[in-house]
Amino acid sequence: MSSPLRFYYDLMSQPSRALLIIFRLSGMQFEDCIVALRNGEHLTEEFKQNINRFQRVPCINDNGYKLAESVAILRYLSAKGKIPEQLYPKYFVDQARVDEFLEWQHITLRVTCALYFRTIWLEPLLTGRTPTEAKIETLRMHMERNLDIIEEVWLAKSEFLTGPALTVADIFAACEIEQTRMADYDVRIKYPKIRAWLKRVRHSCNPHYDAAHSFVYKISGTGPQAKL
Amino acid sequence: MAQAIKLYYDFLSPPSRALWLALKLCKTPFEDCPVALRKREQLTDEYKKINRLQKVPALVDGDFQLSESVAMIRYLSDKNQLSEQLYPKGLQARARVDECMEWQHINVRVPCGTYFIKGWLLPVNGLAAKPKPEVAEKLLKDVESSLGALEHLWMKEEFLVGNKLTVADLLGASEIEQLKLCQYNVNERQFPKVAKWLQRVRDAAQPYHDVAYEFVQKKSKQPVRAKL
Repeated sequence: MSSPLRFYYDLMSQPSRALLIIFRLSGMQFEDCIVALRNGEHLTEEFKQNINRFQRVPCINDNGYKLAESVAILRYLSAKGKIPEQLYPKYFVDQARVDEFLEWQHITLRVTCALYFRTIWLEPLLTGRTPTEAKIETLRMHMERNLDIIEEVWLAKSEFLTGPALTVADIFAACEIEQTRMADYDVRIKYPKIRAWLKRVRHSCNPHYDAAHSFVYKISGTGPQAKL
Repeated sequence: MAQAIKLYYDFLSPPSRALWLALKLCKTPFEDCPVALRKREQLTDEYKKINRLQKVPALVDGDFQLSESVAMIRYLSDKNQLSEQLYPKGLQARARVDECMEWQHINVRVPCGTYFIKGWLLPVNGLAAKPKPEVAEKLLKDVESSLGALEHLWMKEEFLVGNKLTVADLLGASEIEQLKLCQYNVNERQFPKVAKWLQRVRDAAQPYHDVAYEFVQKKSKQPVRAKL
């Protein structure tokens, strides 16, 4: 029997990977609907009309109810009782701590990591033009300004971003940071706390973490077993 | 009686205005704690104790501290300090508002915020030269592509989500209204639905709207030294 929840995603998209890991850790039933971004499958009129008007992944269709935006999807499924409380707390005070990170990361960590990845890896592939050294330097500076905050503020006092245990906040953040491997960035060099935290996140999420990052490992040639 | 929450804000911050308006519209008592960004009060050690991320808005509720406007909205709603109209409690209705708020971070806040900072804030304070024409054009193009997405993907009904004002409208409109400081007004011919929606948001948020926007209104009427 097919599951009434359809999950549209591509492993090349950071929030797609985050949700996939979260769903697998939650033992949730869903129908795998892979959308090949590299083939522009999200840009078709059919996708826009029937799946997601924003033409992005991830998104879901829950028995006819269509929803986009990874954080909104997570909250919706949590409210439906599909996500374990350890990953996304139900008590509003604890939930607010996780929400604070989820809201913080969009225009800080996500924007700057994604822009770094896109400009250095994706755009040269699509256009054949490589960015200048000065441009790369500026993007790196913007990204590191936010990695500094992860290292010095979010990981100042705790093993995970929002407390002593893994939550969805860690999974979303790790998926953004892992993506920069493909642009040959190695976060572990400058950031010892992030380095140790990434190991903890991977360990807590495996085997799903490695499965979701298989493309990232392969394309970057920097799997977790690869030497620095 | 429980102590009122403290709201730390500045009327020159779009999410601050949205939060302040939401609390006023719900007649939620709160202690007014203005933080003068122009004096860089958010960067003091004293403020760091209130919000370690050194941004506004932030709230303090007893010994609980929280930043990030959307996280604050969710926390206040769970404490019954926001009306159900502004932030619904029903599963699907809430997810719709969440979807919109999450979408806005990168699609509205980033382009409008960047235009505001580079086009007004930095040049007016002598912290950077006014952007070169080609840069200004690119900034404007990003804003207009955001307005285009609002016009074509969101404006199906009177407000962003349904026929009543929600927090998503307060947040989104606040980003766009701020551009008046850059002498940018939404063109009614180019974006007729957005222009009408902005007016509906203003009307729905009175009499508080005029108070929250007093500074923006006043400053936008003064000739800008570094006109774009």
